[in-house]
Amino acid sequence: MEWQNWAISTVSFMLSYGTPLLLATLGEIYAERAGVLNLGIEGMMIMGAYTGFVTAYVTHSPWTGLAVAAAVGCAFSLIHAFASITLRANQVVSGLALTLFGLGLSGVLGRSWGGRPLPNALQSINFGALADIPILGPMLFEGHVAVEYIAILLVPIMWFILFKTRVGIAIRSVGEDPATADSLGISVKKVRYLCVAIGGLLAGAAGGYLSVAYRPAWTEGMTGGMGWIVIALTIFAFWNPVMGMLGSYLFAALYHLSFRLQPWVSPEILQSLPYLFAILVLVFIAQGSLRKRMGSPAALTLPYTRGEE
Amino acid sequence: MTAKTSPPLAIHLKGIVKRFPGVIANDGVDLMVRRGEIHCLLGENGAGKTTLMRILYGLYQPDEGDIALHGKSVQITSPKAALAHRIGMVHQHFHLVSTLSVEENIVLGLSEGTGPFLRFKKTRQKIRQLAEEYGLQVDPGAKVWQLSVGQQQRVEILKALYRDADILIMDEPTSVLTPQEVKALFGTLHTLVEAGLTVIFITHKLNEVMEISHRVTVLRKGKAVATVNTGETSKGELARLMVGREVVFRVEKKPVQRGEKILEVVDLHAQNDRSLPALRGMTFDLYAREILGVAGVSGNGQHELSEVLTGLRKATKGRAVLEAHDLTECSARTIADLGVAHVPTERIRVGIVPSMSIRENLILKSYRSSEFCKWSILNEKAAHQNACNLMEEYEISAPHDGTAAGNLSGGNIQRLVLARELSGSPRFVVAAHPTYGLDVGATEQVRKVLLEQRGRGAGILLISEDLDEIRQLSDRILVIYEGQIMGIVTPKDASLEEIGLMMAGSRRQEVEQ
Amino acid sequence: MRAPSWIHIERRPSRSAWTVFYVSLLAIAGALVAASIFFKAYGVSPLHAYRLIITGALGSSIGLAETVRRTIPLLLIGVGLTVAFRAVFWNIGAEGQLLVGAIAATGVALFVPMPDALRLPAMFLAGFAGGAAWALIPALLKAQLGINDVISTLMLNYVAAFIVQWLILGPWKGPTARGFAYTDKFPASALIPRIPGTTIHWPTLILGVLAAVLAYVWVMRTRQGFEIRVVGENPNAAHYAGISQSKVIIMVMLVSGGLAGLAGVGEVAGIQHKLLDAGKLSLGYGYTAIIVAWLARRNPLAVLITSFLFGAIMAGGDVIKVSLGLPFQLVNVFNGLILFFLIGSEILMKYKVSFAWRKR
Repeated sequence: MEWQNWAISTVSFMLSYGTPLLLATLGEIYAERAGVLNLGIEGMMIMGAYTGFVTAYVTHSPWTGLAVAAAVGCAFSLIHAFASITLRANQVVSGLALTLFGLGLSGVLGRSWGGRPLPNALQSINFGALADIPILGPMLFEGHVAVEYIAILLVPIMWFILFKTRVGIAIRSVGEDPATADSLGISVKKVRYLCVAIGGLLAGAAGGYLSVAYRPAWTEGMTGGMGWIVIALTIFAFWNPVMGMLGSYLFAALYHLSFRLQPWVSPEILQSLPYLFAILVLVFIAQGSLRKRMGSPAALTLPYTRGEE
Repeated sequence: MTAKTSPPLAIHLKGIVKRFPGVIANDGVDLMVRRGEIHCLLGENGAGKTTLMRILYGLYQPDEGDIALHGKSVQITSPKAALAHRIGMVHQHFHLVSTLSVEENIVLGLSEGTGPFLRFKKTRQKIRQLAEEYGLQVDPGAKVWQLSVGQQQRVEILKALYRDADILIMDEPTSVLTPQEVKALFGTLHTLVEAGLTVIFITHKLNEVMEISHRVTVLRKGKAVATVNTGETSKGELARLMVGREVVFRVEKKPVQRGEKILEVVDLHAQNDRSLPALRGMTFDLYAREILGVAGVSGNGQHELSEVLTGLRKATKGRAVLEAHDLTECSARTIADLGVAHVPTERIRVGIVPSMSIRENLILKSYRSSEFCKWSILNEKAAHQNACNLMEEYEISAPHDGTAAGNLSGGNIQRLVLARELSGSPRFVVAAHPTYGLDVGATEQVRKVLLEQRGRGAGILLISEDLDEIRQLSDRILVIYEGQIMGIVTPKDASLEEIGLMMAGSRRQEVEQ
Repeated sequence: MRAPSWIHIERRPSRSAWTVFYVSLLAIAGALVAASIFFKAYGVSPLHAYRLIITGALGSSIGLAETVRRTIPLLLIGVGLTVAFRAVFWNIGAEGQLLVGAIAATGVALFVPMPDALRLPAMFLAGFAGGAAWALIPALLKAQLGINDVISTLMLNYVAAFIVQWLILGPWKGPTARGFAYTDKFPASALIPRIPGTTIHWPTLILGVLAAVLAYVWVMRTRQGFEIRVVGENPNAAHYAGISQSKVIIMVMLVSGGLAGLAGVGEVAGIQHKLLDAGKLSLGYGYTAIIVAWLARRNPLAVLITSFLFGAIMAGGDVIKVSLGLPFQLVNVFNGLILFFLIGSEILMKYKVSFAWRKR
C-alpha cells in the first residue's frame, strides 16, 4: 500500500499547507484585478500570524485569534492602499516597506512569545464515519480544520462574485480600463480600496491560520516567504480564483513531494518551479491576442488620475 | 390668426457660452433640435461642436445660457444626470472595457435595484429585445475585443438604449467605420428616429450630412452660423458656411522661386494605432524653397503622415524618397541625421523632456555629433554655448539655460523646439500644428521662422487645422481626407469654399464641376 | 483629496535640491520619532538608545568597521539600482543578482585551475558577468515582450536562491558540512584581503567607491547616460528622438546586475569565504539597497552617503541587540518606517503645504 500512503499523505498535506496559500492568493487576485499590486502580503501574513497567535493564547479562543489576524491584515493593507491609491506613491516601494515593517514588527513584538505552544489551537473536525471511507476518508476528512473547508468554499463564491455580479464587473473594469470605469460613474478609488482591503483580510487570515491551526505556535518569520509565492501563484492562476485554488494545491503538493522525491530530484528544483512557471505564464500571455483573453489587468501598478486634478 | 401648435423642441440650447483659459469655445450658441429628427452639427475642429455636446451631456457646465428639454428648463450637472434625462452619448473613442463581454459592458455602472447580483437572464432578454427592435445585431456574450469596430459601436448605442435614452448624441461616429459599416449605421439611425428618438450627429463630412440629416447647424469659431433644412441646401453652401469668408493676408510672404524636387512620395499607405488604414495611397512631391500645406480636419491621416515621414511609424506600402534615401526604410535617428526636422504636434508630451534643462533639450537629437560629444563624453561647454546662441537667436525667454524646459511657457517651449529642429539648416521640415495653443505674438514668430527657412532653401510640410494659416503660408495646398489626397491647389486658384468641400470629402474634379 | 480650508495646497513649480534635501531629512526624522515609540515600549529612553547606536556604530573602531562592512554591498548594489531606476526599470532582483555573482565567483574560486595571482581578478570578472547575465533575463523580457519588470526580477530572486541551495546541498557540497550546508572554504588565493583586525574587504570597497563615481559620470556626462535619462524622464520624447528604449534597458540592467554580482563576490570571498545558505549570504542587501537608492534620489554619488547611513543602521541593530537586549528586527521596523515616511514625503515634494489662519 506504499503508493496509497503516499497519495493520502500528499493530498492531506496539500489541503493543509495549501490553505494559507489559497486564502492569500484569492485576496491578491482581487487586489490585482482592481489594478493594485500588493507586495506587502508577506508582512500582512506574518502580522496576522503573530496577532492571531497572541489573541488566541490570551483569549483561549482560536476563532477570535483568526478574526483579529484578519482584521490586522486588513488594517495593514489599508496603509498600502492609502500610500498607493490616495498618495499615488509607487506601489512596489509601498508594498516592500510594508513587508519590511511587518516582518520587523512581528519579530520585535513576538520575541517573548516564541516557543510556546498554543494550548487551545483550532481543533480538526471530527467527521465520524466519513473518515473511514477507504483512501478518500483519511485524505479529506481526517485531521483538517474548519478553515481549510471554508477556504475551499470561498473559491466558488469569490469566482462567482468576480465574474457574475455587478460588483465583479466593476472590479474588473477598474483594473483594466479605469478611465472608462470612471466615466461610467464607478469610483475607482473606492473599488481599489475595497479590493486591497479584501486582500489584506485574507492575507491576515492566512497568517492566522498558520499560527492558530497549522502549526500552533509562534516562530519569528514563520511564514517563510509564503507571501512571495502568492505573488507567483496569482500570475500562475491567470487572476482567476479557480485556477488560484489549483495553483495553491499544486504548489503545496509539489512542496511535499519535493522532500519525498529527494532521492531522485533535488527538492530545490521542484520548489523553484512556481517562480519559473510564473515567468513562463507571463511570457505566454505576452503574445498579443492571448493577453486579451487571459492576461494581466492592463492597469496593474498604474495609479489613476482623472485628467488634471 | 391661427396659433401654431408645434410640439416643443426636444432640445433647445439657448445662448450657451463656455470659456476656457484663452479661448471662447462656445460664444452664445443657440441649438434647436426637433424630436424625431437627425440633426447634424457641422464644423471644423475647434468650432465648438464637441464642447457644446459635452455641455449637453453634463461633462461641462455652461458659463452662461440655458438648456431646455421637451420644453422644460433643466440643469445637467453630470453624465449621470444626463442619463436621467434620457440623453445618451456615443463618443468617438468608445468607453468600452475590451476584456469584458458585451452585456457586462452594457450593464457597467448601473445599479438596478436587484442588489449586487446580476440577473443575466433578464439582462440578456432586454438586450436581445432592444437589438431586435432597432436592428443592432450583437452577441451579448461576446467579449468586446473580439468585435469589429462597427459592432463595438453598436454596443455603445445599445448601452444608451438600455439606459432608456431617447436623445442620442453621436460624436464623429463614422471616423472609425468602413463604408459598409457606415451604411449599416445609417440604417440604424433611421430606425431609431422612426421609433421616436432624436439623434444629434457631430461630423465634418459633408457627404454624410447631405445623406443622413434632416437639418444641419453649422458652427464656426464658437458661434452657430446657421441652421438649415438639409433638403434646402447644398454642399457648396454648407462648405462656405463652415469655413467662412476670405481672410486678409497678414504675414508678408515674399514670392520665391521654387527649387528642385527633394521629396517624392509614392502610393504611401500606413495604419493608425487601431490597425485601421490611415494613409490610403498618398502620392505627391515636395520641392525646396516651398511650403506645402496639408489642409484637412484632424484625424484624416495627418498625424500618421508626419510620423511615417519622420521614421516614427512604419509604412505598410509605398515609399517616400528624400534625395535617394527611402524614408520608409530608415529609423528615426537616421532620418534626423539626414537633415529632416520634425516639429511635433504635442510639443510637451513628445517634443521635450520637461524635467531636463533647456541646454539638454536643445541637443536632444544632436548629442551624438562630434560637436557635442567626444569619445562618448558630452561637451558641456559646447552645449552651453549652443544653448546661449539659440536662446538669443530664437528669443527663448528663461533665466538661464539650466532652467527645466517644462517650466517654460507654451510659446517658449515651441521656440525651443524650433531652435533645436531648425538650427541645423534642415533640408526637409515636417511642422505639425506648430502654432497650436500659442498666443498671437508667438504665432507670428513661428510663422516668420518657417518663412525664413523656406527662403533659406528648405522644403516644408506644414500640417495645420487652421485654414487661414495654411492659406497664408503655403505655396501649394494639399487637401487630405480619410488618408487620401482630394486635390493639390494653390491658394490663388482655389477658393475657400472649394478647399472646404475637399476637406469634407469631395475630390478636386467634383469641386470643379 | 480635500483638505480642511485652513490648509493650502498648491503645486510646486519645480523641485530645488534644497527641497529634496529637507524633505528627505524630514522623512528620516519622522522615522526616528516613530521608532522611538518602540524604544519607549521596551522601557528604554529613545535618546539613550540613539546615543548608544551612534557611538556603537560610529564611535568605536569596531563599530565603524561593522558599519563599513555592511556599507560595501549596499554601496555597490545601491549604485547599480540608481542607474536602473534612472531608466525607470524597477530592479527588485538585486538579491538574486548578488547570489548569481557569488555563485560565479565560487565556481572560479574552487573549480577553475589558474595561477594564483589571477584568481581574484577572475572572480570579480566572473561575479560581474554572472550578475549581469541574471539581470539580462528580465531586461530582455521587458524589452522584447513588455513583461513587467517588478515581477520578473522578483521571481528570479527565488530561482537564484534555490540554485544556491541546490549547489551547496548537491554538486558543490563541501565535506566540511556540520549541520549547515556550505561549500569548501575558499583557497587563500581566492580570499579578498581585509583590513587587519576587521572584516572590511577593502578592494571591494574601493570598487564600490569607484563605481559610484564612474556611474555618476556615466549617467550625467556621457552620451549613453543622456539616453538613459531621456528614456527614464520621457519615453515618448526618447522615441521621437530616435533613442532605442530596448538598448537602454539592456544597458542599464547589465550594469545594475553586474554591480550586484560584484557585491556577491565581496560577500562570498571577503566575508564568508565559502558559498553558503542564500539567506545568510545576501542578508536582504538587495532589498535594503532599494531604500538606499530611493533615498539617494537616484544619484550615484549620494549613494555613498545613504549606503553608509543604512550600514550604520544595520550595525546599530547589532548594538541594540547586544547592549540593550532589543531584537535585531527593529532594524527592519526602522527601515520600513523610513520608506513609508519617504513615500509620504514625496507628496510634499510635489505640493507645497502652507497654513492660512486668516480667512481670505
